[in-house]
Amino acid sequence: MTENTGSNKIDSFHKKKNKEEMQKQLISFALMIVFTILAFVVVATGMMDKMLVIPVLLVLAIVQVAFQFYYFMHMKHEGHEMASAMIYGGIWAAILAVAGLSTIVWW
Amino acid sequence: MSHDHSLNPETMPHEPEKATLEGKNKFIGFWFFLGGETVLFASLFGTYLALHNSTAGGPAGNELFGLELVFVMTILLLTSSLTSVYAIYHMKNNDFGKMTLWFIITIILGFGFVGCELYEFHHYITEYGFTFRSSAFGSAFYALLGFHGGHVTFGLFWMIALLIRNARRGLNLYNAPKFYIWSLYWHFIDVVWVFIFTVVYLMGKVG
Repeated sequence: MTENTGSNKIDSFHKKKNKEEMQKQLISFALMIVFTILAFVVVATGMMDKMLVIPVLLVLAIVQVAFQFYYFMHMKHEGHEMASAMIYGGIWAAILAVAGLSTIVWW
Repeated sequence: MSHDHSLNPETMPHEPEKATLEGKNKFIGFWFFLGGETVLFASLFGTYLALHNSTAGGPAGNELFGLELVFVMTILLLTSSLTSVYAIYHMKNNDFGKMTLWFIITIILGFGFVGCELYEFHHYITEYGFTFRSSAFGSAFYALLGFHGGHVTFGLFWMIALLIRNARRGLNLYNAPKFYIWSLYWHFIDVVWVFIFTVVYLMGKVG
């Protein structure tokens, strides 16, 4: 590791790395916009059957959220094992909560 | 703690948010908090899903919701998520001025979002008489949306406080974790909004 021994400024290696990272984040932003527009268009035009449209919307949402977590919040980087454990633990409890609360009204 | 950790900004490590023990602890602690927030919002979503048909003769979701405004709000919040990514990019390149600028843009977009949401609630209340007390659907709707909007508003004032407090300090290893943690919070708010516009508005429109 040579970061702190350089005479000044961030070394060019990390500058380049940051730039590559930024490009990936821009691509994921573009994809998220596309998925959002897709979701709104599907609903606004009513082009899909009701039984089909809800799973499609949920899949689009989950993909978008994955982009947020892995690219925008850097969860794909190393050193995020604890972070992943926390979020997946939260998601697990979240699924239970939603499943419990939404099925309880059926009986 | 503050000044003994502030390195010369010219020799910033490449992950300044995790260069100190305090920064590492904030990072872990904040992800723990976000795990808890996931469950908080899940219980509100579950409540909404359970009660969204209990309109008590009042207006239902597909009569109320207008997709145009929701689309504008979604784009505002999604774009503000990207601008905070830019801010963190400049933080990692140790450019305090540009980081501040992108955070200010983020805040402006966030206020745009809150403005739209207030307009939306005002519209529902005055045009449809749809309030927190109208029906179980109303309570669940305003509880979920209100909690999210409250998080956005809290985040805006949090960042304003950070920017004012650190305006003359510049970037150092003491405040880099603070900015980084805020960007995690802001992305998380966008994550919640993705599910709100999907589950509440789009699925509400479908029926």
